[in-house]
Amino acid sequence: MADDSGNFRSATIAVLVENEAGVLARVIGLFSGRGYNIESLTVAPVDEDRRLSRITIVTSGTEMVIEQIKAQLDRLVPVHKVSDLTLAGPHLVRELALIKVVGSGEHRVEALRLADAFRARVVDATTESFVFEMTGNAEKVDAFCALMRPIGLAEVSRTGAVAIVRGSSALSV
Amino acid sequence: MSATSPHAATQPLTMSGAEVVLRALKDQGVEVIFGYPGGAVLPIYDAIFQQNAIRHILVRHEQAAVHAAEGYARSTGKVGCVLVTSGPGATNAVTGLLDALMDSIPLVCLTGQVPTHLIGNDAFQEADTTGITRPATKHNYLVKRSEDVARVVHEAFHVARSGRPGPVVIDLPKDILINKAPYVEAPPATQPHRSYRPVTAPDMAQVRKAVALMKQAERPVIYAGGGVINSGPEASRLLGEFARLTGFPVTNTLMGLGAFPSQDPQFLGMLGMHGTYEANLVMHGCDVMLNMGARFDDRVTGKLSHFAPTAKKIHADIDPSSINKNVKVEVPIVGDAGQILAAMIQVWKEDSQPPKREALAAWWRQIDTWRGKNCLQYVQQGKIIKPQHAVKRLYEITRESGRDTFITTEVGQHQMWAAQYFGFEKPNRWMTSGGLGTMGYGLPAAMGVQIAHPDALVIDIAGEASILMNIQEMATLAQYRLPVKVFILNNEYMGMVRQWQELLHGGRYSESYSAALPDFVKLAESFHGVGLRATEESQLDDVIREMLATDRPVIADIAVAKDENCFPMIPSGAAHNEMILGPGQEGGVAGVTDEGKVLV
Repeated sequence: MADDSGNFRSATIAVLVENEAGVLARVIGLFSGRGYNIESLTVAPVDEDRRLSRITIVTSGTEMVIEQIKAQLDRLVPVHKVSDLTLAGPHLVRELALIKVVGSGEHRVEALRLADAFRARVVDATTESFVFEMTGNAEKVDAFCALMRPIGLAEVSRTGAVAIVRGSSALSV
Repeated sequence: MSATSPHAATQPLTMSGAEVVLRALKDQGVEVIFGYPGGAVLPIYDAIFQQNAIRHILVRHEQAAVHAAEGYARSTGKVGCVLVTSGPGATNAVTGLLDALMDSIPLVCLTGQVPTHLIGNDAFQEADTTGITRPATKHNYLVKRSEDVARVVHEAFHVARSGRPGPVVIDLPKDILINKAPYVEAPPATQPHRSYRPVTAPDMAQVRKAVALMKQAERPVIYAGGGVINSGPEASRLLGEFARLTGFPVTNTLMGLGAFPSQDPQFLGMLGMHGTYEANLVMHGCDVMLNMGARFDDRVTGKLSHFAPTAKKIHADIDPSSINKNVKVEVPIVGDAGQILAAMIQVWKEDSQPPKREALAAWWRQIDTWRGKNCLQYVQQGKIIKPQHAVKRLYEITRESGRDTFITTEVGQHQMWAAQYFGFEKPNRWMTSGGLGTMGYGLPAAMGVQIAHPDALVIDIAGEASILMNIQEMATLAQYRLPVKVFILNNEYMGMVRQWQELLHGGRYSESYSAALPDFVKLAESFHGVGLRATEESQLDDVIREMLATDRPVIADIAVAKDENCFPMIPSGAAHNEMILGPGQEGGVAGVTDEGKVLV
């Protein structure tokens, strides 16, 4: 690889693929086989008849590597479209997290106060635990988890990022 | 499929899945299939037994089936076809599949699979074939529904031959082969695939930019690769036309040999690690480089940071992921090499800007001084046969014979000497494992070539180590009376390993000596062929002539100098202008840095 290590960047890439067996393995195998990073990856069918899936990948690399990642993805037979949302312009990135906090007494009160500040909802409660649901970008979820750690953070489940470009333009096949 | 299946469902199904496979192969133009039977593919073998349209060639190892199909594909431009069983049949084929992927060879490989209800149960001869072959193929399929069989076969051929060609695997569970299945015709060429649509026609604005750059060139070079061969013979003709039109020097990659005639005065020879002095110095000193269908492979570029430092680069490639992968280029053009060359010729003629003829003449004078170095010279003295001399005499004597000649090779020193000393005037005459470097490629590939061209002269230039990796195919040659010639440069060493150990590892020849070699003459005879041997220079021409005159499989065991190295050589981690030349010639720096030592 020619040296262009100066411009390392993060990229959020949306990929529309045929919803068929093995397609996710092709994408993940491409990343591991060629030594690319995957920071997060989400996938689900997105059209009415469930023939198309949308994969959102957050990755990072030099400009040359990110261009390679997109070209390599586009080369896979079941891939319809590859879009680099980081280049496409302003876009929204969200993930969903379910966060279990275990504790009693003053810790429970503090947990609820912080959850309120972060607009996290209580979706399950017992006398010694809460499960919070929150959406936001990765930094927001990270910050919430960091605050909950001394209060009794017990378990976290996160979806990874989903993303979409702002405005009327739409990614379709 | 959804449009055709209701229609198909209204008719009684009369064909088994296996019969549907064979019908689809026939409709895709398959005439020959290379394979080896086993439990999971017995239904296909039963269907093969009951038809005459497709000829089956029984190999002796599945890896050889794939290489034979590669030889067939590369020498004809058609898709090669392979049939192997599940489990070990499929895993044995993997090396060949990856070889075809790296060299962009169109293949369809049918693999048997355990019945669908047993998949995942660790059944006898079960392997996760689609999982194993995913990174070794352009695409693969596991067929789980009878109504998909015909569509998948048609689609597999389309994927294999279009865009950047490559191998495609179809994994066929045994119940799918036995059960009745509907036949559907191949979709018309006008109906595009849902997601796979390779670009073949170039962006004309990019072509014009490229031509404008080339008109300004003072020290140009055309560096042409396997993409020109894969585009078809017309692309090679257009490359010749474009070279004449521009007067530019042309060099070929290992994969591109034959795309430009070796006898043409504008040809510089092969470039890269064992390329010619003139080709590599032209690459290093050029101001405009046209890469036509090559991929800036590490064997070609040498040290990337010192690669063609003063050149503006144009890269024409059918695969967008090849562009800016190793080398950043000023003008990328995505498309088919033949179409791009045709467009360039048209734009060059239309463009009123005159090329820089005086500067080009000065460039050619410079090139002629580099050529004067005569970097491929060697000294043939005394009785011991120099390997270079053996290849050169083989080339000269086959040329005198006037026969259409196809050369395959194994991998190593003999392969590089073949590339350096055997000239090719036409495309599709040279079959070698370039990307993967697979020892054992040459003999089965030659088999596939001979099947496709029964009357041609087909020679596997081999080393005594490589040839043993698929020697069992001598039996296939005998069975089908294929008069393939195996020309072994026998130096009793894995020569390229020995050479690197001499140059990079202090002459510690660890495990590179070919001990306990067979008697190749007796070996040929035991496989119903003819064995010949030359141990002295005076015998060489006679052995070659006798080999060519023999209409049977031949092994010619040529005892060559044991310690000969392959030069010129760009040591790993070095730049094009740091070549090591042969003994008695001044060269660049012969040292290898620690950084270079880690490179392969």
